Amino acid sequence: MPTTSSETASSKTADSPPRLEVSGLTVTFGGLTALDDVSFTVADGETVALIGPNGAGKTTVFNAVCGLVRTRRGEIRVGGVPAPSSTTGLLGAGVSRTLQGLGLFEHLTVLENVLVPLTSVGTSTGTSTDAAQEVLGTLGLSDLAAVPAGTLPYPERKRVALARALVTRPRLLLLDEPAGGLGATDIDQLAQTVRTVSGGGCAVLLVEHHVDFVMDVADRVVVLDFGHVIACGTPDEVRRDPAVEEAYLGVPVSTSGSGISTSSATGAPGREESA
Amino acid sequence: MERLVFLLSTGLARGAVLALFALSLVIVYRAARAVNFAQAAMAIVPVYVAFAVTSASGSYWLGLASALVVGALLGAVVERWLLRLVPQDNPLPGIIVAIGLVMVLQAGLAIAFGPDHRPVHAPFSQRPFEIAGVGVLSPYDLFVLVVAAVVMGSLAILFNRTSVGLQLRAAAFAPETSRLLGVRVPRMVTLGWMLSIATAALAALLLVPTGLGLDPHAADVLFVNAFAAAVIGGLDSPVGALVAGLVVGVLASLVTGYASAATAPLAVLALLTVVLLVRPHGLFAAREARTA
Ligand SMILES: Nc1ncnc2c1ncn2[C@@H]1O[C@H](COP(=O)(O)OP(=O)(O)O)[C@@H](O)[C@H]1O
Ligand SMILES: [Mg+2]
Repeated sequence: MPTTSSETASSKTADSPPRLEVSGLTVTFGGLTALDDVSFTVADGETVALIGPNGAGKTTVFNAVCGLVRTRRGEIRVGGVPAPSSTTGLLGAGVSRTLQGLGLFEHLTVLENVLVPLTSVGTSTGTSTDAAQEVLGTLGLSDLAAVPAGTLPYPERKRVALARALVTRPRLLLLDEPAGGLGATDIDQLAQTVRTVSGGGCAVLLVEHHVDFVMDVADRVVVLDFGHVIACGTPDEVRRDPAVEEAYLGVPVSTSGSGISTSSATGAPGREESA
Repeated sequence: MERLVFLLSTGLARGAVLALFALSLVIVYRAARAVNFAQAAMAIVPVYVAFAVTSASGSYWLGLASALVVGALLGAVVERWLLRLVPQDNPLPGIIVAIGLVMVLQAGLAIAFGPDHRPVHAPFSQRPFEIAGVGVLSPYDLFVLVVAAVVMGSLAILFNRTSVGLQLRAAAFAPETSRLLGVRVPRMVTLGWMLSIATAALAALLLVPTGLGLDPHAADVLFVNAFAAAVIGGLDSPVGALVAGLVVGVLASLVTGYASAATAPLAVLALLTVVLLVRPHGLFAAREARTA
């Protein structure tokens, strides 16, 4: 698998296709239109945050990219070609995601958890272990390698889930609420990790309620409301957008960093089904 | 004293076979989250094949190898083309199908080979070695112990040290998460059945020369005792199957020797009852429940 860093030089040139290109995506569940004509792109080395009130359709975007829900209209392209629909196909295309409920193997060790995604891509055991140890080292988990994941405190578990997503050296990383439930120190560390990953050329798409974190790491923000993209731009542009304020029930988002999350953060995690 | 040594050592050899069969139940339980009540019937079919191959070729080893291969194939066929069609949301349909499968397999064997016992010769002498005048293990017992140890060691390495083993464990405990990470879960379930039935067939093959011989029900008692051992050990736990298999084997041997053969099943049942009263999930059960 090519390393992400080899992509850096050409990643932002205009002629290379975006790592992820969602165009005209429409998803319906029965009579409910969860996503309506959603379009956005994520380039290599770019971090895009998907925000919006609860039920706006953020997780559905993730699920559509991963082929877990059927799209009614529109197209999803990864690296210029239609996104593979199988999990193994997606892994092969360099797509990796964290799960909203973490989805750790409680009874397996931290190292084994991180090794699982490598088993299906046919990496040799020795190479896999080296790659896993390296990622664990980067995330400060080396000392915990032999500990059963189920015994760890929440922030460490969250880092294990991130390590498991990173170990395949993804070119497109999907993070579902990576900062949820973390304290300030852990969030800073997470932001640092996201910057390092995208600095290596990886495209990052994240769903997050924690606005300070979003404004910190995102190059661009896509705001969803009732399945529509109501705003898209740099964090500053989005902050000033009147439509965004309106969607967030009139909470003025520009005055306070955390204002944007007030309507959605209440009870937001947990109500959403993990994929 | 001499009697005790003899009973202990033969109990260990019987226990090794029990442990092997209990391990096969644990493997299939991990893959399918169900006890396979057709395990005895499925294990004895490959033994018939081994018997036929050995008679035709004159080679015990060829027979043993064919039992392993046929056991693995039978496990794959039953999982792929029978159990996969059975609704999984509650265990009852699977149990009914397993009972039906037992009837079909055992009746099929009786029709094909006749219902009678066929004497089976062990590949090594069954006369105990004597150490200082005390009879201990026979060469065949020793063979059984070595084979059981080698197979259990290989399975332990497979499950704990290889990529396939990691996938087997991940798929067994969290199939949905495993699937999202690219593990081919249905393939792992099939592989679990193949390993399980091959192991069960080997246990039955090792047992047959020490009993009455080969008949369609020859592994039934082995199943009952191994099931007890697997439950005592904690259905999830390979180590539990090993320890409990040896304990049940030695217990049955001692009770048979000092009381009577008819009392041995009662002793096993008593042990099972006590363990379940004290530790309802067995001695070595994993603490966590399975997640999605
Ligand atoms: N599998 C599904 N079946 C039916 N409705 C769904 C399903 N997944 C999501 N929805 C609905 O689609 C809408 C968007 O949901 P979701 O993408 O989870 O929102 P978000 O992640 O932004 O909170 C919600 O109204 C939700 O109830
Ligand atoms: Mg969501």
